[in-house]
Amino acid sequence: MKPRVAIVDSGGANIASLQHAFGRIGVAAELSADPESIRAATHVVLPGVGAAADAMQRLAERNLSDAVRTLKQPVLGICLGMQLLADASDEDSATCLGVLPGRSTALPASPESPVPHMGWSRIAINRPDALLAGIDDGCYFYFLHSFALAPSAHSLATACHGVEFSAVLQHRNFRAVQFHPERSSRAGARLLSNFVGL
Amino acid sequence: MRDGKVVKGVKFRNHRVVGDIVELAARYCAEGADELVFYDISASPAGRTVDRQWISRVAEVLDVPFCVAGGIRSVEDAEAVLNRGADKISINSPALHAPELISQLAKRFGTQCVVVGIDSRAVDGDYVVYQNTGDPEKAAIAGRRTMDWIDEVQHLGAGEIVLNCMNQDGVRQGYDIEQLRQARQRCRIPLVASGGAGSIEHFADVFESTGVDAALAASVFHDGDISIPSLKHFLSTRGIEIRVDERQPDRASWQQTILSS
Repeated sequence: MKPRVAIVDSGGANIASLQHAFGRIGVAAELSADPESIRAATHVVLPGVGAAADAMQRLAERNLSDAVRTLKQPVLGICLGMQLLADASDEDSATCLGVLPGRSTALPASPESPVPHMGWSRIAINRPDALLAGIDDGCYFYFLHSFALAPSAHSLATACHGVEFSAVLQHRNFRAVQFHPERSSRAGARLLSNFVGL
Repeated sequence: MRDGKVVKGVKFRNHRVVGDIVELAARYCAEGADELVFYDISASPAGRTVDRQWISRVAEVLDVPFCVAGGIRSVEDAEAVLNRGADKISINSPALHAPELISQLAKRFGTQCVVVGIDSRAVDGDYVVYQNTGDPEKAAIAGRRTMDWIDEVQHLGAGEIVLNCMNQDGVRQGYDIEQLRQARQRCRIPLVASGGAGSIEHFADVFESTGVDAALAASVFHDGDISIPSLKHFLSTRGIEIRVDERQPDRASWQQTILSS
């Protein structure tokens, strides 16, 4: 079946780059704030740039919180989208969607690892998953964030910036990445291809 | 860049055209550049709104992050740039005229989007900030000490600082190690070195001697004097942690990317 990807329009900026990334792998991705249309997609992406509480409020205003929470098809949270799928975030004490166990906490800043963490970092793969097929342990991805989820039983991969944190999470049909696959060169393109193949 | 073409000057003057923007962007991306920064130098001094169409064209072909600088004077300007697919916005002269803009941008888009560019030059034994450097007629001392301004922009919510060391810009004598070392000590956020790269040793030197988080260069890449794959290979053999893509860039594939855009 041909994938029909819906990108949840949570009103944040910088969704164009994600659409372009799907375009480069030959997949049409539709930006949508309509719960019906999102439910009808074969694959759903929850992106996010900005602050957790603002993004949660925008999802609620658009009646998208429950729609996302109850999705049955493969879902991929990206960056803030990963944190929105978790239980909660220390950023503005936001209550999040609660489909991925865990709470986002602020990365500790130090001279060796300034925060925001912005740049290319290696991931360490903990357990195999179709999302990471063909992606080598130690592969670089592009990160841009100040908050992160601690490693847990749901971590498919971790990364380190001052502290170790979850780079890729999976629980049931929900997966999430802290990095930006749309800006992670060939490795990122491979991950997005893997996602639409789920 | 100026008026849709990529240009490069020496010490911020005498800019010459070096190529088409999408073509160069795709080439650097295929060669392994970790991030691209586009300085629209036509934007700031003339006080006009710039044509942002090129950002969408660049965003379509690039699969590494990119930052846009020049002519961003308001939250609305920044939103227009980010909505076209840029990952970060960089502000320079407008932040000097209205420092609260940094806070407004950080609040709206998150600190990780907000880069502050600082044009700095050694004057009488101190480092001072310059403004409107895109136009030689209007470039002037901004009345701030560089190290004070570095403190202030972090306090206001900047997520990254690009320090353009003007004494070194375009002259290829190496990065301004002393200034960057001092700046790094003042920064809790990532610091990007800019100005002066002339050889692959200069890149190794700036990483090893100053602890900057990234190094930016233009002339040496535009002129083809240094290739990105060989530079990154050299840095990794020096023990500097850097992303190296084992696959060599395929010339045919990036040309195809351009044609299909």
